[in-house]
Amino acid sequence: MAIDWQTFRLTLQLALVVSAALLVLGVPIAYWIAVSPRRWKFLVEAIVALPIVLPPTVLGFYVLVALGPHSPLGRWWISLTGHTLAFTFTGLVLGSILYSLPFAVQPFASSFASVDRRLIAASATLGVSPLQTFFRVIVPLSLPGLVTGVALSFAHTMGEFGVVLMVGGNIPGVTRTVSIDIYDRVQASDYAGANQTALLLLALSFILLAIVYGINRRAWMIGPVK
Amino acid sequence: MAAAADLSSALKEISGAFEKKTGVAVKLSFGASGALTQQIQNGAPFDVFFSADMDYPKHLIDLGDADSASLYQYAVGKLVLWVPADSPVKLDEGMKILLDPSVKKIAIANPQHAPYGRAAVAALKHYGMYDQLAPRLVLGENVSQAAQFVESGNAQAGFVALAHAIAPGMQAKGKFWEVPADAYAPLAQGVVVLSKAAHKKEAMEFLEFIKSNQAASIFKKYGFSVDHK
Repeated sequence: MAIDWQTFRLTLQLALVVSAALLVLGVPIAYWIAVSPRRWKFLVEAIVALPIVLPPTVLGFYVLVALGPHSPLGRWWISLTGHTLAFTFTGLVLGSILYSLPFAVQPFASSFASVDRRLIAASATLGVSPLQTFFRVIVPLSLPGLVTGVALSFAHTMGEFGVVLMVGGNIPGVTRTVSIDIYDRVQASDYAGANQTALLLLALSFILLAIVYGINRRAWMIGPVK
Repeated sequence: MAAAADLSSALKEISGAFEKKTGVAVKLSFGASGALTQQIQNGAPFDVFFSADMDYPKHLIDLGDADSASLYQYAVGKLVLWVPADSPVKLDEGMKILLDPSVKKIAIANPQHAPYGRAAVAALKHYGMYDQLAPRLVLGENVSQAAQFVESGNAQAGFVALAHAIAPGMQAKGKFWEVPADAYAPLAQGVVVLSKAAHKKEAMEFLEFIKSNQAASIFKKYGFSVDHK
């Protein structure tokens, strides 16, 4: 059987939306973790790291239950749209954001934490607003960490299996991702098709990661290294 | 022993009875028949394989991974249409409830590699509803996952094994309607002893026990039919 291009398009789309969303959501969370003086922030760090240790099928099961009509969130969404979030692309995006959250937040937070505090203080004494300081001092200095976080969450979402299996429902063009397609092919003894698809996924992931890390190296060289 | 997911309640009780009778301890692993077949082909250390169909055991025999003389049809599974207990549909109308506007998603097992998924597709085609309902189908990896989609409320109806619908703990969660047997090819389920079985003698003993009336009545209790020839 030939390669199913639709699953590749869908998987790339999912990875793109998820890594973009994680950039927007992850930066404030990571910044808070990096600079907050709160004593209980280790609890937030632990919660963010949970998806690393939780089996994806368990996470997927929780997401499935949370999206369903037995949970307040699920009921609210159903009253809003008339259908549940499970078995939709939006549902996959939501599950994947949770699943890849630590892979974005952790690199973000460690690069924010490594920015020299004196530069931030200097910027403040020069009368620059905190928001401007963030975008003009902290972000350029944290660029490698930001790129790494986005790249890791992109790659992690590309290879995601358990969560998609649990909440996707395997609908072609909507929730059938590459990893699900490979699994189905192996189950159906279509080893040749599974092999081709897996090889393409491997090559694609390698190229994407190589490009990102290549850019990252350049960013290191352009940006001032502390 | 490796066994199909729809057997979990029945086989636990049968192997309990077998242990009591013979003193031989039995370890059970449950999964999708297709997945278990892949594992056995690749050297998984099982002695006996209970499939949810006859094709996977025959496939293993063809490959030399199972003993052809041991092949035995131990039970026939039944397909039911299952809805949550609080569903507004009138289940006595049978397949027609799938056209109800409240039924937005219908869960079935993946027909590509799950026997109950194939039966569900056959039943939908038998009633001429497949083309109309195909966009509303969601696929579980096996029949247990299809049941889970319904149980969690994300799908409003699903095709599952009768064994699931009447399993302890599931009865209160949903209502079922038995799909007439002429709507799909019989779900004959076969067992084989594997060629590389490390405990062949005990495996053959278990197979004999499976053919007993005691085992047959347990299968019946859990929603299978048994026809001894």
